[in-house]
Amino acid sequence: MILTLVEKDLEGAAVDVSLEALTFARRLSAEGGGVPVDAVVVGEAGDELRKELAAYGVRTIYQVGGDGVAAYSGAGWASAILSVRKEANAVVVMAAGTDRGNELMAHLATRAGVAMAANVLSFDGLSPFTVTRQVVGGAALEEMVLDQRPAVFTVAGHAVEASPAEVPGAADVVPVAPEIAAADLVARVVSTEEPEADESGSLKSARVVVGAGRGAGGPDGFTDLLELTELLGAALGVSRVVTSAGWRPHHEQVGQTGSRISPELYIPCGISGAIQHWAGCSSAKTILAINTDPEAPMVTRATYAVIGDLHEVVPAINEEIKRRRG
Amino acid sequence: MADVLVCVKRVPDSSSEVVLTEDAQAVDGRYAGFTTSPHEECAVELAVQITAATGGEVSVLTLGDADAVEQLRSALAVGATAATLVETDASKLGPADVAREVAAVVRAHEAGGTPHELVLLGNDAADSGDFQVGIRLAYELGRPVVNGAKVVSVEGDTVTAHVDGPEGVETYRVPLPAVVTIREGGVEPRYPSVPGRMKAKKVAIEERTLSAEPTGPKRVRLTLPPPVPSNVQVLGEGAAAAPAVVDLFEELGVLAR
Ligand SMILES: Cc1cc2nc3c(=O)[nH]c(=O)nc-3n(C[C@H](O)[C@H](O)[C@H](O)COP(=O)(O)OP(=O)(O)OC[C@H]3O[C@@H](n4cnc5c(N)ncnc54)[C@H](O)[C@@H]3O)c2cc1C
Ligand SMILES: Nc1ncnc2c1ncn2[C@@H]1O[C@H](COP(=O)(O)O)[C@@H](O)[C@H]1O
Repeated sequence: MILTLVEKDLEGAAVDVSLEALTFARRLSAEGGGVPVDAVVVGEAGDELRKELAAYGVRTIYQVGGDGVAAYSGAGWASAILSVRKEANAVVVMAAGTDRGNELMAHLATRAGVAMAANVLSFDGLSPFTVTRQVVGGAALEEMVLDQRPAVFTVAGHAVEASPAEVPGAADVVPVAPEIAAADLVARVVSTEEPEADESGSLKSARVVVGAGRGAGGPDGFTDLLELTELLGAALGVSRVVTSAGWRPHHEQVGQTGSRISPELYIPCGISGAIQHWAGCSSAKTILAINTDPEAPMVTRATYAVIGDLHEVVPAINEEIKRRRG
Repeated sequence: MADVLVCVKRVPDSSSEVVLTEDAQAVDGRYAGFTTSPHEECAVELAVQITAATGGEVSVLTLGDADAVEQLRSALAVGATAATLVETDASKLGPADVAREVAAVVRAHEAGGTPHELVLLGNDAADSGDFQVGIRLAYELGRPVVNGAKVVSVEGDTVTAHVDGPEGVETYRVPLPAVVTIREGGVEPRYPSVPGRMKAKKVAIEERTLSAEPTGPKRVRLTLPPPVPSNVQVLGEGAAAAPAVVDLFEELGVLAR
């Protein structure tokens, strides 16, 4: 059996990348003669989630509950997932390559005494089980053998497109409440700061997205970009450099560890086009890159480009739009 | 007072073109040069800030070839005061090997009277990107671990760490001794001062060898992704391109409202 960790968003629905991981799991299952795909969810698996996971071909949903998992702890949650894996005798345990996914699979693999492959893009063969994963920030690929059981890995965000199963699964919910050792709860979340208002929904469905990367220069470098966003009725999407530095909130991030967008037009400004960013914007119909570097991957992969400083180009575009609108 | 050990790795600079070694087991950094990843630079900075506030010293550790001393000296130049090189070919180690070797150094230092109450690592190495050495190390040492923290402070016997979680900024409070892995962005790594660089040159580097035979990574080989053909149409340069851009907007029908 293939056990896939499914993460939930604030509304209790499966996050996109978990659905991608389930799609990956189903492909693996098909290659492996139809071994069942089960899911493990920490906390309540509500009706919506059950319907979603059924559509993705999940046979059984292990719903982990109990005091031990009420607050997040890497060791505690991994211990719970590992007891599900033992009970269900999973040969593969996998998750999406989110921060949590990578962390939990690392804990789980260590506890199980096996290897862990982070950010897998594809599998290449079953005997031995061989995967290809991203290394060197995506600039290189690594073929890695996962010959131990369980095989533990995470799937890089947006490496596969989420697609529902041809035959839905039963998605029967099996509640479990594994005992968790006190030592595994020492490092747990004691408080969480009010989340920022999450508007990633509008980013994902926007017809036009204005992108901003390191080239914005700092937290004050977004004025012209936001004006362009406003003029086009667009949404703002940013690179990880921008969210890491705290210039803009995380829900605006586009890429492997952010949202996947598919607008009619994407206008990345001062974004180099790293593979992890590209993973989130590759389905944009048209890309207009604005960048000082004509060799930047975002420029060479774009449909159109303007070479120049975004702090000169963007205000000029804004003026031109306003001039034409009169 | 907390003595802090920071694990830094010498990694090829991947901002320019990446070239593989002949045996396809590693990135050949001879052309692009080598660096310390931003996660680990931030870890060093946090360690320096923590010891400045609580007393104690910052030590740095790397497993790598003799040239990796360069990464140790960079950390010494910004406030670390002791450094250890475990001389080895890091590309022949798997993440479990690295964790075991770091644990061996921590234990040896402790036996020698220098316990590291806090060990900081990067969340993921910029080259191998295994996302796990810090977690494996915590199990080796029987310590709690906080993963992916951007801000870390120590007060008495407690380390407080802040992590950007899926539902907002999470706080962990963990008793020392502990392991914390760091993600870039919470602090700005300082530039080395000239006296800092001078001091760094004089520090004697402790040299060690592997404590056990490595089991090795599960790597078959590295490959490079195929180049992507370019069909880009350049609309112009600088502000002068604005009319062409707005023409394009009109053509695509994204200007209407
Ligand atoms: C596991 C993993 C997951 C990741 N997930 C994501 C993700 O989800 N999303 C993401 O975006 N990244 C992600 N990254 C990071 C990614 O590898 C890159 O580091 C990041 O996308 C780079 O951001 P950037 O393009 O803004 O910065 P840089 O790469 O530094 O590029 C800046 C660009 O701006 C241009 N520029 C500079 N100044 C100006 C100016 N004044 N005007 C115009 N152009 C200018 C430069 O020429 C350059 O091309 C991930 C990395 C890893 C390892
Ligand atoms: N060879 C090494 N020498 C020192 N530290 C290392 C080494 N390899 C990994 N690390 C540390 O472990 C972290 C996570 O690495 P990884 O699990 O390989 O992605 C890195 O950010 C470093 O802090």
